[in-house]
Amino acid sequence: MLSAILVNGLVLSGIYGMLALGFALTYGVARILNLAHTAFYMAAAYGLFFFLERMGFAPAALLASLLVLLIALAAYKLLLEPLREHEATVLIVTIALGLLLQEVVLLLFGAHFRSVPALLPGFVEVFGVRVAQQALLALLFAGVVLLLAWAFLKGTRLGLGIRAVAQDQEAAELVGISLSRAGNWAVGLGAFLAALAGLAVAPMATLEPHMWNAPLLVVLAAVVLGGLGSLPGALLGAVVLAFAEVVVVNLVPGGAFLRTAVALLILVLVLVFRPEGLFGTAFAEER
Amino acid sequence: MTSPLRIWSLPWTLRYLRHEVLALPGRTAALLFVLFLLLFPLLSQDPYLLRVLTLTALFALYAASWDLLSGYTGQVSLGHAFFFGLAGYASAILGRELGLSPALTIPLGALLATLAGVLVGLPSLRLRGPYLSLVTLAFPILTTGLIFLFPRFTGGELGLSGLPRLGQSRLEEYYLVVGVFLLSLLFLWKLANSRVGLFFHAIREDEVAVRMVGVNTVRYKLLAFAVSAFFAGLAGGLHAHYLRVAGPDSLSLFNSIQPVIWSVFGGIATIYGPVAGTFLLFPLLEVLRVAEELRMLAFALLILLVMRFLPQGVVRGVLERLEEECPRCKVKNAFTRKVCRACGVPLHLREVKP
Repeated sequence: MLSAILVNGLVLSGIYGMLALGFALTYGVARILNLAHTAFYMAAAYGLFFFLERMGFAPAALLASLLVLLIALAAYKLLLEPLREHEATVLIVTIALGLLLQEVVLLLFGAHFRSVPALLPGFVEVFGVRVAQQALLALLFAGVVLLLAWAFLKGTRLGLGIRAVAQDQEAAELVGISLSRAGNWAVGLGAFLAALAGLAVAPMATLEPHMWNAPLLVVLAAVVLGGLGSLPGALLGAVVLAFAEVVVVNLVPGGAFLRTAVALLILVLVLVFRPEGLFGTAFAEER
Repeated sequence: MTSPLRIWSLPWTLRYLRHEVLALPGRTAALLFVLFLLLFPLLSQDPYLLRVLTLTALFALYAASWDLLSGYTGQVSLGHAFFFGLAGYASAILGRELGLSPALTIPLGALLATLAGVLVGLPSLRLRGPYLSLVTLAFPILTTGLIFLFPRFTGGELGLSGLPRLGQSRLEEYYLVVGVFLLSLLFLWKLANSRVGLFFHAIREDEVAVRMVGVNTVRYKLLAFAVSAFFAGLAGGLHAHYLRVAGPDSLSLFNSIQPVIWSVFGGIATIYGPVAGTFLLFPLLEVLRVAEELRMLAFALLILLVMRFLPQGVVRGVLERLEEECPRCKVKNAFTRKVCRACGVPLHLREVKP
């Protein structure tokens, strides 16, 4: 049981980690609480499903993620950036965007459960647990993607700029970082990460147009748990909530009803004691 | 005219109507709206239309209560369904266990929601912005989890059905709901435009500054939570008894997001904006049932397009074009006037070309 929790928790952490990092980038840099974030992930999974019928895995995955990237950047440029001053409006525009993606997918593919064939069928034994090879592949993929994203953010000048904007917009602007350029990159990178998470999940999960609702709450909770604007915090939050979810589903009777509830309960408890999240900064008060 | 209302005097009322209500498109629309709601059954007693209007009025009250908390005070609640659903469940359970009538259980449910509002509001003293929104979001979802865990007491997934009806006929229910709706709206509107409402505005704009001038912001934030939760609970209780079921749907994330969509669509921090938003969007969603498959798609597209071009909401966007403020005395004027109705200053100064 313990090893099952460990392995499944790690796989789920990888997926949530990619989603949470993308969400945190979008919020931290472009100040958009993007409730359509996991809709991008759903769209990527369906894109993969669509293109796989026509071509091999690699080009299909590439096309699907590029498609999502394009949708996200278009939405940002055409809808969200012009409305930035109106916070509440941005919020419901992202909701409408998520609904729109969901309905388009529903119209194109119907409400049936779809599945994508696993790239690596079969199971292996890890610590005495039968794990689908596909899950291990997804974990590996998530690890590589997160490392690359980390290298980009830590190692390049652009990444430095993005992190600076996430920490303190005004100070970043004062030292000459272009907020709009950082915003474009962050939104693009965030959507791309969501798309990659969707690609990693697609062969393991059943696809349906509402599959973005449950992870959305967990990702929101993970990012806030870590502290808004903190990228390592978002990753840590994702790991904590992924493990909490796996533990509850495995150990508590009737736990499947409670999986999101537990994530949010942890969030509330942490926020009561640390109102700015685990890694958030209390001083950067924007007025 | 800022003298007290003297509606018992007919000449005064007529003068008031002519100079203060009919002179402004916004107020005329509000008057027509109230008359429409009150006189609608004279035009048609079609049960379906009455049902749609009743539900719209309920949800409009719900949206207006969200606006008081989130639009005015800036404490953006993404879990307003907590108050709405909790009051519905409380009313249903009180009615079942104690055998009280809805006339008693609905207010009791709303009071319980008020208590819940203060409870949810307590973290708002330490949290701000998205942190607070996320905590409010957690409450209805936690409650849903509990409801599924104890199906014997709460009815589980199916909810509690067979609640007593609000009135004998659809018409009676309609007038009851519309009456409660209009009175609550009047209260919310008066509160929002009072001194207290001014503090709410100020807390949203700059809480530190409000505290600096010696206002106990904690008290006002809790007050906003309590009042808002009370009216959300009132709407929730009426809704449960109108549909005769209190189910987990009333606590769903979608039900928390709905008032946000309606309010922002109409225009936040106005009270009348959310009402207009609900009365535009809710019946529209009903009409769109003719094309069931395209219904939500059209809805989402409409919201995207309208918000893109009227980011402050429909009502403000339209009113800005229909009314303008006199540059000298700040009195509102209809767009058709050339001089201000109060001080006679020309409203449209032609630009002098050099």
